[in-house]
Amino acid sequence: MQEGTVLEMRGIHKSFPGVHALQGVQFTLRKGEIHALMGENGAGKSTLIKVLTGVYSKDEGTIMLEGHPGEVTIKSPQDAQNAGISTVYQEITLCPNLSVAENMFIGRATSGKFQNWKEMNKAADKLLKNLDIPAQATKQLGNYSIAVQQMVAIARAVDLDCKVLILDEPTSSLDEQEVEKLFKLMRDLKSRGVGIIFVTHFLDQVYAVSDRITVLRDGKFIGEYTVAELPRLKLVSTMLGKEMDDMADIKEDKNAVSQKDEIPVLEASNLQSTSGIKPFDFYINKGEVNGFTGLLGSGRSECVRALFGADKTLGGVIKIEGKRIKIAAPIDAMKRGIAYLPEDRKNDGIIGDLSVKDNIIIALQVLEGFFKPLSEKEKNKFAEEYIKLLDIKTASPETPIKSLSGGNQQKCILARWLLTHPNYLILDEPTRGIDVGTKVDIQKLVLKLASEGMSITFISSEQDEMIRTCSRLIVMRDGRVVGELTGDDISQSKIMSTIAGE
Amino acid sequence: MGKEKTIAKPLSQNKSLIKQFNMLTDTNKLLTITIIVFVVMYICAVIFEGKGFLSPQALFNILINNAALLITACGMSVVMITGGIDISVGGVVALVSMSCAVYLDYHGGNVPVSILIALGIGLAFGVFQGFLVAYLDIQPFIVTLAGMFFARGMTTIVNSEPFNVTNESFVALKDTRIEIPFIGTYNKRGIFIPAYINIGVVVALAVVVFFFIMLRWTKLGRHFYAVGGNPQSAMMLGINVKRTRFISHVISGLLAGIGGYVYFMYVGSGSPSNAQGMEMNAIASSIIGGTMLTGGVGNIIGTLFGVMTLSTIKDIVASAGLSDPWWTGITIAAMLCLFLVIQSVVISNKDRK
Repeated sequence: MQEGTVLEMRGIHKSFPGVHALQGVQFTLRKGEIHALMGENGAGKSTLIKVLTGVYSKDEGTIMLEGHPGEVTIKSPQDAQNAGISTVYQEITLCPNLSVAENMFIGRATSGKFQNWKEMNKAADKLLKNLDIPAQATKQLGNYSIAVQQMVAIARAVDLDCKVLILDEPTSSLDEQEVEKLFKLMRDLKSRGVGIIFVTHFLDQVYAVSDRITVLRDGKFIGEYTVAELPRLKLVSTMLGKEMDDMADIKEDKNAVSQKDEIPVLEASNLQSTSGIKPFDFYINKGEVNGFTGLLGSGRSECVRALFGADKTLGGVIKIEGKRIKIAAPIDAMKRGIAYLPEDRKNDGIIGDLSVKDNIIIALQVLEGFFKPLSEKEKNKFAEEYIKLLDIKTASPETPIKSLSGGNQQKCILARWLLTHPNYLILDEPTRGIDVGTKVDIQKLVLKLASEGMSITFISSEQDEMIRTCSRLIVMRDGRVVGELTGDDISQSKIMSTIAGE
Repeated sequence: MGKEKTIAKPLSQNKSLIKQFNMLTDTNKLLTITIIVFVVMYICAVIFEGKGFLSPQALFNILINNAALLITACGMSVVMITGGIDISVGGVVALVSMSCAVYLDYHGGNVPVSILIALGIGLAFGVFQGFLVAYLDIQPFIVTLAGMFFARGMTTIVNSEPFNVTNESFVALKDTRIEIPFIGTYNKRGIFIPAYINIGVVVALAVVVFFFIMLRWTKLGRHFYAVGGNPQSAMMLGINVKRTRFISHVISGLLAGIGGYVYFMYVGSGSPSNAQGMEMNAIASSIIGGTMLTGGVGNIIGTLFGVMTLSTIKDIVASAGLSDPWWTGITIAAMLCLFLVIQSVVISNKDRK
């Protein structure tokens, strides 16, 4: 290990059943630096952190720490703590029912069986004062805001004499002032020689405090950069894995129907939901295909979930064809001709043990009401019609849907919603995990349905798909709508620069 | 979100009672409420049901009648604070009293060994159930439900008929009265009759003091709270969650054993129908005493008051002439309802930011 390095991870591999989550990842942390770990959701950031803190055991690779000759083995969070690696997680991992002081000192290896409250409170108060944290040692932790709780967690970590402090999405539930306080604390710790690993998906925050950036993508190490080497736009393209130069901006002709003067099929203003996205405005016209784009985790799905009533809305107005309506649950949306194909096909979409036929007709049946069952003849007619229409490859309509391939399952779900004849169809990642041929089929179908007058919102992680199908793109960053692109502006480079905020 | 709102203000500036109350931890809030309710209830009893409630002996009788319940409720509180539950205690109490009765009368046993039997049975249940809950990660409700059926069944296997114990040294122990100097009443002739308690009460109060100190001032005691508050966090904070859960069940089992013997000394008989529903009374006492079923909040002193409140309710209902058991049940149900509402209001109060 080089001089001045506190932590070095090399060739880390970790697999879960079906996923090779880390594929030879490396990470180097120097003394007194704030090192951002970046990547989209699912890139392997959390897994890497959990390997480092002993929550997961690594399959392969070496971890070296300053002051420890040779390799260190970390088998539990306790081991990590003893080795000087402290972690503050996104969710508060403290006990809200205990006092602030107890949360800072409980479970730590000190001698004696008895709890000396006086001494503990004194030590806690001193530390809190030292770090300028606005909390009283004797008060119950749960009475404080999340930000203060987060800081108490950091105070605990710091007092453990840590060399490596991991902050895993520490800012996701803080407001701006609170973030500023946290940054002050981070800089303070940095000047004391603590190496900080900062995991976040807020680009602004990375540039506000970090010295270095390591980027992961799809479980692989992409590179380590100083902040100066990696301007925002480049960071985004590195995270997405697309070089700016060779991004071919293929654009097909779309029958762009986007006149603002007509009454939109659906219009939302100031809509906010419990999922943490910022209030947003939205509209879609008849026969229009639009889409939400942004990095994974930027709030794309959350927006459409709010429109459909899948997440509880906290405020805002939804109008359908100019009339104000209330959507409290998905059934309200369904009754008004909105259909939603969810992102998580396995959990929110298919009902694995039911047949293809039953999976196709279920939404229609729900709409009709269970007291008016569809006859067996109708069911067969509908099922066969859509199996043929969408070219679903199944042995028979009676086959359990779980035995179908992912692409065909997706088509069944699509059929389910098409059968309800929606005016407005929301497709959230309809093409994820399915083969290229089917992807093209689905894109074609989207355009065809739109030309027949259906309004469609399309979300996909693959930007070229979005570019091909959507006539208007709503760009999101960190739970906020940051831009809207139409016409010639819909291009890879334009999307990226909007995401990056430049 | 406002700028100041998110950071708690120093509260000591405002001295009003409500503000002070809000400064307390959840545990102390609920304890305060419990004590207030008990005092109010007792005053009501004195006002409506006569001076009988006013004599010191009346208070001591509550303890004498409920010593066994108090001991098992302490164990229950420990388990509940840790986030679990133990519904086997009633069964264990019955099994202990039956086993000891059979040993003393049919096998001519002696008292010290019978005590060891009681402790042994309790400990065995605690260890086995604790192992299943903590290390095999099975729901405590299911584990102790099985334990309850097993203990009840075993009681009947040991002896299916109820009978009174006649072993002399046991009867002597059972009838031992401990007089309390200077506290008592004068009878009509002006003779001072000192108030008394029995051995069961001494044991029960010792248990209360021991576990009060343990929960407040030992690290193990604080670990119970941490695990009950949030097991995931407790693990991250470096607490051995499995061991802590295990110990909580061992304590509950052991206290069921001790409580079983105290119960046995109180009734002086073995019977399959002994201690029917005691586990539910123990849970009810703990809840009235401010222990939360969700874990992490509770206090042994509260449990003491919980047991006394429960017993006072029963006395009030009985002396009001409503001696049918369902009246007691309905009143207790109403009390529990009230306390659960108070708990959820008090605890959820802080969530409004």
